[in-house]
Amino acid sequence: MWEYTEKVKEHFLNPRNVGEVENPDGVAEVGSIACGDALKLSFKLDENKRIKDIKFKTFGCASAIATSSALTEMVKGMTLEEAMKVTNQDIAAYLGGLPQEKMHCSVMGKQAMEKAIENYKGGPPTEPAAQIICECFGVTEREIEQAVRENNLSTVEEVTNYTKAGGGCGGCHDAIRQIIERVRAEAAPAARPKLSNVQKIKMIEETIDREIRPSLKKDGGDIELVDVIGNRVLVATRGTCATCKAADITLKHFVELKLRDFVSPELVIEEVTP
Amino acid sequence: MKTIYLDNNATTQVAEEVLDAMLPYFRDLYGNPSSMHSFGGQVGRRIREAREQVAALIGAQPEEIIFTSCGTESDNAAIRSALAAHPDRRHILTSRVEHPAIKSLCAHLSRQGYRITELPVDKDGILDMAQYERALTPDTAIVSLMWANNETGVIFPAEKAAELATERGILFHTDAVQAVGKIPINMKANAIDMLSISGHKLHAPKGIGILYVRKGTRFSPFLIGGHQEKERRGGTENTPSIIGLGKACELAARNMDTESRMVLLLRDKLETEILSRIPNSRVNGTRLYRLPNTTNISFEFVEGEAILLLMDDYGICASSGSACTSGSLQPSHVLRAMGVPFTMAHGSIRFSLSIYNTEDEIDFVIEKLPSIIERLRSMSPYWNVGDQVCSVQ
Repeated sequence: MWEYTEKVKEHFLNPRNVGEVENPDGVAEVGSIACGDALKLSFKLDENKRIKDIKFKTFGCASAIATSSALTEMVKGMTLEEAMKVTNQDIAAYLGGLPQEKMHCSVMGKQAMEKAIENYKGGPPTEPAAQIICECFGVTEREIEQAVRENNLSTVEEVTNYTKAGGGCGGCHDAIRQIIERVRAEAAPAARPKLSNVQKIKMIEETIDREIRPSLKKDGGDIELVDVIGNRVLVATRGTCATCKAADITLKHFVELKLRDFVSPELVIEEVTP
Repeated sequence: MKTIYLDNNATTQVAEEVLDAMLPYFRDLYGNPSSMHSFGGQVGRRIREAREQVAALIGAQPEEIIFTSCGTESDNAAIRSALAAHPDRRHILTSRVEHPAIKSLCAHLSRQGYRITELPVDKDGILDMAQYERALTPDTAIVSLMWANNETGVIFPAEKAAELATERGILFHTDAVQAVGKIPINMKANAIDMLSISGHKLHAPKGIGILYVRKGTRFSPFLIGGHQEKERRGGTENTPSIIGLGKACELAARNMDTESRMVLLLRDKLETEILSRIPNSRVNGTRLYRLPNTTNISFEFVEGEAILLLMDDYGICASSGSACTSGSLQPSHVLRAMGVPFTMAHGSIRFSLSIYNTEDEIDFVIEKLPSIIERLRSMSPYWNVGDQVCSVQ
């Protein structure tokens, strides 16, 4: 038996907004009966372009019905831009969590919302060359990429839990593995916040003020930031440091290490004589 | 809330008489049946009696009964023993609708180089016997076909199949876990070499099983250890459970005829009423060769897990072949093998009855189920009121 939260059970037993909106502004249908769950969403906007009414019809298990109900409650009153930003994680969180194996229900809700908004905006769904990866459940490459990116997935099993892809014959497991690797490789550099030059200089100055200068001042010395070129940090020594024979060692082993720790591991310190 | 238990193919309630028979062997009579002293020896005598009780139920001889820990162990022991007996043979013949105890084992063996043939079934869940006969080859080490299907209750002609196999010198095993205690079985009148039984499906406790091995069949043990079970299954005997299972078999032998008739009447009432009250519903599996306690009914355009949870709210216990309940993302392999359409397979519910069910309980289910299905259909994007006129019977 699945461990559903009270909120999932409550939304399953008393689902909100079941049905179809009359004269809807946007509609969408995702999933299929063969896949075991499907969701039909329709919504209407008010004069301020906010979602006034939204209804669903769902074929599926308790969590599919509960996530549909939760989604409609969450986005009511939102603008389409706001509704577009609701992630599957938000839907799951609203319900106090879902079993891992049922996360695909929340993904289905998110997809239906996106598709209904696309439908409202007119144009054909912006899905360039949707390549089907999982034949059993008709899951596209784009859907898998999105799920991996938004939920930070790292295994085929997780992808199956979130998208159903790979849950049938298993023939696409290699393809899924490749998508995971590709998406994670793309995402990796972004994981470490990339600093702009201004941010970098600001952080270096702060680190010098807070972590470095007080120590040097104890010995009557000081340094001054001259310039930052890429990862080269140009400094000038002042006070006792300027004449100290061990200043080189202090710069390399103390100042550089501190800057690398607090700002960026790529930084290299260089002394300049102005 | 009262529990209405209609999931007896999953497990059964331990019979009162069975529990009474077992209890002394937990507290007072805890001796080891292998011991030389009379304190242990008396337990050994009770195990002998239990072995006789089991043998009597299926028309076997006591020495053909090996106590195991469960049906799965019995299945594993049977297949492995057959492969060991014929190391030169690399083929296993089975069906697409077997219990995971056989299905997963065969998948495992196929990765070790064995050739597995899984015979298909037709839309009613029936085997094509001509096709079966053609699949028997000189390379076949063992045939394993279930006697009765756990999901649909459909009965395979195990005795006829065994005859065809043994004529060709091929070992025949049957997983009879769902059949024993529900339909008459007489090992004296058939050619089956090995047969698996599970205690908890016939009102004995969980954790006890039986492997029947016909006298003269070469057997190599699955669990190697002490001299228990005539060195065919090592490990100290699970004495309370063995004694309980003996009692359960004695009860089954005594009451099967009348009980089966009563259960059959209740099952038929449940089935007939559901089909007549709920449109777009149908029975999966033939109704001609079927266990008396089982019915598998599909409700079009709704999903099984949702049905189960709404029934659970009324205390009604059953199970489903839908994807959401199978632990995978696809509906049950049995329904898929039968080619049950997806619109139906996801909404399948298995009701399995026992002698402990009453007509009041059945009436309660008949009263509650139509509104449950209606409620889910009103939420389903595939269901239109107009659909009711088209019958899929």
